[in-house]
Amino acid sequence: MTTAPDRPAGTRPRHLLYLLPVVLFVVVAVYFLVALYSSRDPQEVPSALVGKPAPGFTLAPLLPDLPGVARADLGGSVVLVNFFASWCVPCRAEHPYLGRIAKDGGLPIFGIVYKDKPDAARAYLAELGNPYARIGMDDSGRTGIDFGITGVPETFVLAPDGRICYRQWGPVTDDDTEQALLAKIKECRR
Amino acid sequence: MRCALPGFFLDSPAKAGAQGNRHDADPGPPLSRGNQGKATTKAMLLLLLALVLAPPALAVEPGEMLKDPALEARARAISEEIRCVVCQNQSIDDSAADLAADLRRLVRERLLAGDSDQQVRDFLVARYGDFVLLDPPVKPKTWLLWYGPAAIFLLALAAVAVYFRRRRGAALAPPPLSADEAQRLESLLADAGEGRGSP
Repeated sequence: MTTAPDRPAGTRPRHLLYLLPVVLFVVVAVYFLVALYSSRDPQEVPSALVGKPAPGFTLAPLLPDLPGVARADLGGSVVLVNFFASWCVPCRAEHPYLGRIAKDGGLPIFGIVYKDKPDAARAYLAELGNPYARIGMDDSGRTGIDFGITGVPETFVLAPDGRICYRQWGPVTDDDTEQALLAKIKECRR
Repeated sequence: MRCALPGFFLDSPAKAGAQGNRHDADPGPPLSRGNQGKATTKAMLLLLLALVLAPPALAVEPGEMLKDPALEARARAISEEIRCVVCQNQSIDDSAADLAADLRRLVRERLLAGDSDQQVRDFLVARYGDFVLLDPPVKPKTWLLWYGPAAIFLLALAAVAVYFRRRRGAALAPPPLSADEAQRLESLLADAGEGRGSP
């Protein structure tokens, strides 16, 4: 006999159908595993402002010998804008990295004191040192909202054309994040 | 015009009643010792009613509210649909976070400046993206989200229809023979006709 034993028509697809739940399970499981082990922080809100021009603002100086920050000071070269506050614990952890990033990245950091008492902010800088080239006070938090921040610290890399090129959400408190930020700064320079 | 104090929000009968019940729940003079059991039951019932009807604590502080009740009502309606970006599953109307308070003030500020509701929402979306809207807008990127369930339902409906149609077809008549099967049947019949036994 040359012909293979015939199957009644239509049974083959039905057998495959039995595998469907298993396939579905695998798909869902992989999806969950990826989400579980990815480093994405669900608290992190994607910035709506990346690629857009920085918002307008003019902030009064915090220190007598250091100028404040305004929109007009941005542009021309790559600049880092760092929102911080003395009441913000992660900012304290991030602080030593800021000076290094300014040096290694070869760029000025403009600080914006977000909703803080001027005295407390001055004491904070006196204690930890001042990595900032300019510091402005955002008492009302309006500039923070205009930058779309959801908390402090947040750091923005501003391109030479005054656009927001990258937003660092949360503090830079490890070497990997620092290197990633430095790489972004390099990219924004182009 | 009514005042813009917290009382303004308690002007619906149900809520006003709740406010009253809160005081009634205190065992007052009518609940004398004579009918202690009844009085206790009554007090318990009133307490229960008060708990059920009590308005939820408001995150909106009196100082934030607008004097114009119409504008304030619009501000509340908008705030209920704006996500607090700090405590993300709350609206800014519910959230006690600092940033939520700032955003509530901002919403009111924009309304006072003469913005429409949509302009206020656009103002916030420009800063925080669609994420601030608790109700995701319908656009190509969210089609799957909005129309996906309907599409899956239609697909399932089609699958069920096909299944039943096939089953009914199968029950009525066996499927016609394929060319191979017809040929085989013919050869088998021919074999039988020749009177030869099987090998």
